[in-house]
Amino acid sequence: MKSNDVILHTLTKVAIFVIFTFAIDLFLSGHHEPGGGFIGGLAIASGIVLFYLSFGSERVSKNLPLNFIKVAASGVAIAVLTGMIGLLSGDPFLTHRIYEVDLLIFGPTEITTALLFDTGVALAVVGTAVHIILTISEDRE
Amino acid sequence: MSIFHAMILAPLIYALFVPFFYRSFNRRLHTGWFVIAVPLILFIYLLQYIPKVLKGNTLYETVSWIPSLGIDFTVAIDGFSLLFGLLITGMGALVVLYSIYYLSKEKEEALHNFYVYLLLFMGAMLGVVFSDHLLVLYVFWELTSIASFLLIAYWYERKASRKGALKALLITVTGGFFMLAGIILLAMMGDSYSIRELIAQKSVLMTHPYFIPSMVLLLIGAFTKSAQFPFSIWLPDAMEAPTPVSAYLHSATMVKAGIYLVARFSPLFGGTGLWFWLVSVVGLITLLYGSWTAIKQTDLKALLAYSTVSQLGLVMSLLGVGSLAFYYEEGPLFTIFATALFAAIFHLFNHSVFKGSLFMVVGIIDLGTGTRDIRRISGLLQLMPVTFTVAVISGFSMAGLPPFGGFLSKEMFFQSMVDVSDLQEFGLGQWGVLFPVFAWIASVFTFVYSMILIFKTFTGKFQPQKLNRPVHEMPFGMLVSPVLLAFLVIAVFFFPNILSKWILQPSLYSIIPAAKQTRIGDIQIWHGLTPAFLMTVGVILVGFTLYKMLDKWLRIYRVFPQKLTLNGLYDWSLSTYEAQSRKITNRYMTGSLRHYLLYILSFLILTVTIALIRNGRVQLAMENFHAIGVLDVVIFIGIVLAALTILITNNRITAILALSVVGYLVVMLFVIFRAPDLALTQMVVETVTTVLFLLCFYHLPKLGKRMEPLKFKWTNGIIAVLTGFLVTIFTILAYNHKRFMPITSFFENSYELAGGKNIVNTILVDFRGFDTMLEISVLVIAGLGVYSLIRLKLRERDTDEV
Repeated sequence: MKSNDVILHTLTKVAIFVIFTFAIDLFLSGHHEPGGGFIGGLAIASGIVLFYLSFGSERVSKNLPLNFIKVAASGVAIAVLTGMIGLLSGDPFLTHRIYEVDLLIFGPTEITTALLFDTGVALAVVGTAVHIILTISEDRE
Repeated sequence: MSIFHAMILAPLIYALFVPFFYRSFNRRLHTGWFVIAVPLILFIYLLQYIPKVLKGNTLYETVSWIPSLGIDFTVAIDGFSLLFGLLITGMGALVVLYSIYYLSKEKEEALHNFYVYLLLFMGAMLGVVFSDHLLVLYVFWELTSIASFLLIAYWYERKASRKGALKALLITVTGGFFMLAGIILLAMMGDSYSIRELIAQKSVLMTHPYFIPSMVLLLIGAFTKSAQFPFSIWLPDAMEAPTPVSAYLHSATMVKAGIYLVARFSPLFGGTGLWFWLVSVVGLITLLYGSWTAIKQTDLKALLAYSTVSQLGLVMSLLGVGSLAFYYEEGPLFTIFATALFAAIFHLFNHSVFKGSLFMVVGIIDLGTGTRDIRRISGLLQLMPVTFTVAVISGFSMAGLPPFGGFLSKEMFFQSMVDVSDLQEFGLGQWGVLFPVFAWIASVFTFVYSMILIFKTFTGKFQPQKLNRPVHEMPFGMLVSPVLLAFLVIAVFFFPNILSKWILQPSLYSIIPAAKQTRIGDIQIWHGLTPAFLMTVGVILVGFTLYKMLDKWLRIYRVFPQKLTLNGLYDWSLSTYEAQSRKITNRYMTGSLRHYLLYILSFLILTVTIALIRNGRVQLAMENFHAIGVLDVVIFIGIVLAALTILITNNRITAILALSVVGYLVVMLFVIFRAPDLALTQMVVETVTTVLFLLCFYHLPKLGKRMEPLKFKWTNGIIAVLTGFLVTIFTILAYNHKRFMPITSFFENSYELAGGKNIVNTILVDFRGFDTMLEISVLVIAGLGVYSLIRLKLRERDTDEV
């Protein structure tokens, strides 16, 4: 996946911010507005794939040294561990809690364990999607 | 979550950290030192429960696990499970200590694996003996099989290890399935999965038609696990495991799980003729078969393996005879048979102790001389005096000689067998006399192989030319565990009643509470010239003669057919099974995705059509549907055109793009019908899949220019049309049905229930969170699958090039 397309390079450098910002917005707004961990994760994954498409895997791997299968595994681990939170207080597995926290600049904000669970989902999706695409794309020699 | 639950699960949780210890500290400190704390702490923790269950009472702790299915993780602590708990943790600590010296930290490459599996086993085994809920027990039961499989195959580069592991797994897990069927039958009869609740309903259950089937099924599970004849063949092969594992799993603990199960269910099934006959006869046959076969073994571990088989048979036969106590319920006959139960528990304990130490002795010999072949080892007495002493103590205990613990339980065993021969009920009649005869003959053989084990290896002339290395006594640390066990063997003989009062009697009471009124369990070392004592004397005299004349009669074994063995049957059935299933599978697994798709879709059509026809009331009410606008029609036509393009195009890129056009047009539909979440997801998924497709197609050859026009395949066409038709009907039906309670109220109240206004997301993370969790797990597993498939192919290609 290596090309020297100037237009693609320039466009990617701008678009990547838009995509990531939109992805994070999708992820965070998920609880009340359309969005959530799955879509957010996929959007991030597509952003990363765009990165790879335009700059080639060598350069991206140098700047983004992540083992994506580990990202995916940690996502599942986070999701499972979030489920354990309910167990600790005697509730069934995967009982979520909601906390009201006053974040100074943002005002009172709801923090839920569901958000944590969703983070797990997002990481699993990003990790697996990017990982599969990378594995298949590297299989060409 | 009680502390007790945490204690049972502690080994499993601790196992997670073992690789970390290994990676960080193994160079300086053997990983075993980190592991040994677990069984030691658990052992001390369990000790405090001894006074609490002294009177035969049971303590309960419950944690609900899957409340919607009524599955609770109920821990029941009584004397019997506590005896096992102490054995598991006590032996566990000793075995870990021993293994620290047995498995060198420099030579072994996967030391952390060993301890992870060992802890996995420990936790599973504790789960088996402390669970009251049968399904939970079953889960732990199978987990012990898996741990055993992993431990046997620890040196997996050896072919024999892999074969032995597979054999053990196949036999014990198949037995486990039978047991599961028995458990389900029991639950159907008694409407409960609790062992204690089932026992309480005994009188009702006994008349139920499922009573006998469930009994037989449970027994198959127990017999496979405890290596009873004819399932015993896996145990000798399991000796490929490192010796600490053989000492721990395959003599002291795991193989006793079947015994545990039989004893646990004795109150329910005991007193029926079938149970008595099955358990005692299978036990006796196993006893005889094991001790007979042990004599001809030349591998010390194989000898011990058959000896274990035989000793398990002994305990099993005692449980069978003892089950009659549930028939008589009081009077002198009750006392006699309850004593047999006590003897079973007593011998179970003794066996764990002496067999554990014997395995450790053999491990020491193996490590010291480099071989376990009895023909190459002799005269080790001068070189390994401590090991010899331990071997004598434990070996004599196994042979049933005083002054060692095994003598006491062996005497009780003889007494029980003599007692049962006087009985006339249960069709015993003149057959009863066979019980003591079988027992006596088997004990003679036991005596002979015990002597072989001790004297062939340690006495005689030392022949260093047969060995590849200089022999010396092992380091102190390796001797600690066997020496401690040997002390215990002697202590049990001189102070049997201390053990009896604190541990064995409570165990007996928890199986048969009525025994509390009797004086069963007051062990006397000397009780006059009883038949049992005379039998012991006979065993010694005849056994000694036979041992001296061993060379003359060992030939007898050649008379028996060499090919017509149980192992032969196992190998034959395994290879036949594999060949046949491959034949059948190859018939329909053609490797073509189109074929698989055809199977799946035709199956779907078949089942849905049958379901719809049988249901009868197919109402296609469409009045509530959204009106179809111009835009919808345009999008629909677009979708159809794009789909047709995929079919007829000659260019892969065009096909991919047409496919994504279909996807994006569906996104448009979602937008029109105000489903922003679906639209967003579909859009992103479509983008990513397109990239993926482009990448995959890079590897495929170009579509050939088809000269002849595409042939229309009728079967494919019919299946495609029918599938589309059915899906449409099904969607309309699903929209209209009022069969189940609507779950709309959950969604309408999603803000109160889940704190989210986005219904889709609250479904994903909260209402159906469990689904999501498993889905992402599957996703990651699929990712790993893709990775390993492609990597494997790459590596193969590399090796080909080299």
